Amino acid sequence: MENNAFYVALTLLLNLDASLFQIVALSLQVSLLAVLIAALLGFPLGAAVAIWRFPGRGGMIVVLNALMGLPPVVAGLMVYLLLSRAGPLGEWGLLFTPGAMILAQVVLVLPILAALSRQKVEELLGEYREQFVSLGMSKSRMMPTLLWDARFALLTVLLAGFGRASAEVGAVMMVGGNIDGVTRVMTTSIVLETGKGNLPLALGLGMVLLTLVMVINAGAYMVSELSRRRVG
Amino acid sequence: MTSFHVPSLASFIISPPPELCFEDVIFKHEDKVLLGPCSFTLKGSGPTFVMGPNGAGKSLLLRLSHSLLQPTQGRITWSGGPGPRQAMVFQHPVLLRRSAVANLVHALAVNKVPRKNRVKLAHDALERFGLTACSSTPARVLSGGEQQRLALARAWVLSPQVLFLDEPTSALDPAAIKAVEAAVQEFHQRGTRVVMTTHDLHQAKRLAGDILFLSGGKVREHTPAEAFFDKPVSREAQAFIAGELVE
Repeated sequence: MENNAFYVALTLLLNLDASLFQIVALSLQVSLLAVLIAALLGFPLGAAVAIWRFPGRGGMIVVLNALMGLPPVVAGLMVYLLLSRAGPLGEWGLLFTPGAMILAQVVLVLPILAALSRQKVEELLGEYREQFVSLGMSKSRMMPTLLWDARFALLTVLLAGFGRASAEVGAVMMVGGNIDGVTRVMTTSIVLETGKGNLPLALGLGMVLLTLVMVINAGAYMVSELSRRRVG
Repeated sequence: MTSFHVPSLASFIISPPPELCFEDVIFKHEDKVLLGPCSFTLKGSGPTFVMGPNGAGKSLLLRLSHSLLQPTQGRITWSGGPGPRQAMVFQHPVLLRRSAVANLVHALAVNKVPRKNRVKLAHDALERFGLTACSSTPARVLSGGEQQRLALARAWVLSPQVLFLDEPTSALDPAAIKAVEAAVQEFHQRGTRVVMTTHDLHQAKRLAGDILFLSGGKVREHTPAEAFFDKPVSREAQAFIAGELVE
């Protein structure tokens, strides 16, 4: 019975295991903050690329689309080099802290949010353009209107970004270091426990992670469906 | 265009609607002439109805007048300086994914109306167009007729000196058409220059002051409505009124 992953997961949850709680909290904190920061940068970036025509725009779209598939370890390596003692931002002393993990995940999530929001905003602009010009709106005035009117589509985009952040292990492992009590998150714990042969615990953690992602997605889906139905 | 004000009736009696002047305007797309060369001046009180068969260039003429498109050659000018305050109502209204009242508030905000006046002006316009009951309804779930009335209300709050309407009733049922026609009359009575396209001869007879008749991208006739329906001059217009197919 104690070797059953469900049993282990349930025991972990029911006992409100302090170290598990810490790991889960840190995972959520890192991924949610990373997605928030990436959204604040990525949505306006995506909207700007959708609205303005400038030289190199096509290239920029290709690069953004390609970076959606950036391997987490590559993102991790870049941030590692940036933050390592000899790196340009070494003075910040961020390496092997949650801050470094957030930065690495921002690098991973930003292209997803920018590329997908660019698509959504451009679709909407195609529909609204004549009306906007008729109202005498400047391009910079169009941006907030488009971002707000694309809000339901952008919520889905946000979920895609959160999925990427919460599921990846390579980047946070490299720049966080999986230090117990400091930078250990669910995905890095799962890797560690699997390596130690503690498969039930690893599976239990996996199930907790899956459940969390499901709950967040279900919540977002319900919010978006309810309001979509209301707004039409 | 400088300051926004809620116009009083008196200001319209004093200031006649601005005149629109096309001088040798040509619009080409990929070397194909779609409109022109055409020259005409819209003066008088209107409403001006732009009529003609499909593909005659009616929508194009409206879009050029409203600066949604730029002419390839020629000049489009307004009396009394650069473009007057103007608005356009499209065949399929483009409404934001927000409540009816929020659509109007947005248009007012874009036009830099002081924040404190926006909601009041928006509700006044909704009331005028019989939309008070749906003020908080999302614009996208309104019926077709209600959506078109909301688009008219949005134009109304901007107090345009010129209003363009591109086949505003072609997708509506008779009751909704009646409401739109009443709204067009209100704009006209407020002193707005109304320029509208339609396929509906009866509608033109009911509302039009003058008719600008197009076919094949050229203005064939610009005459007072009565004269147009009684004794059309051009062969194309005669055929159009007779219900024939016009090239």
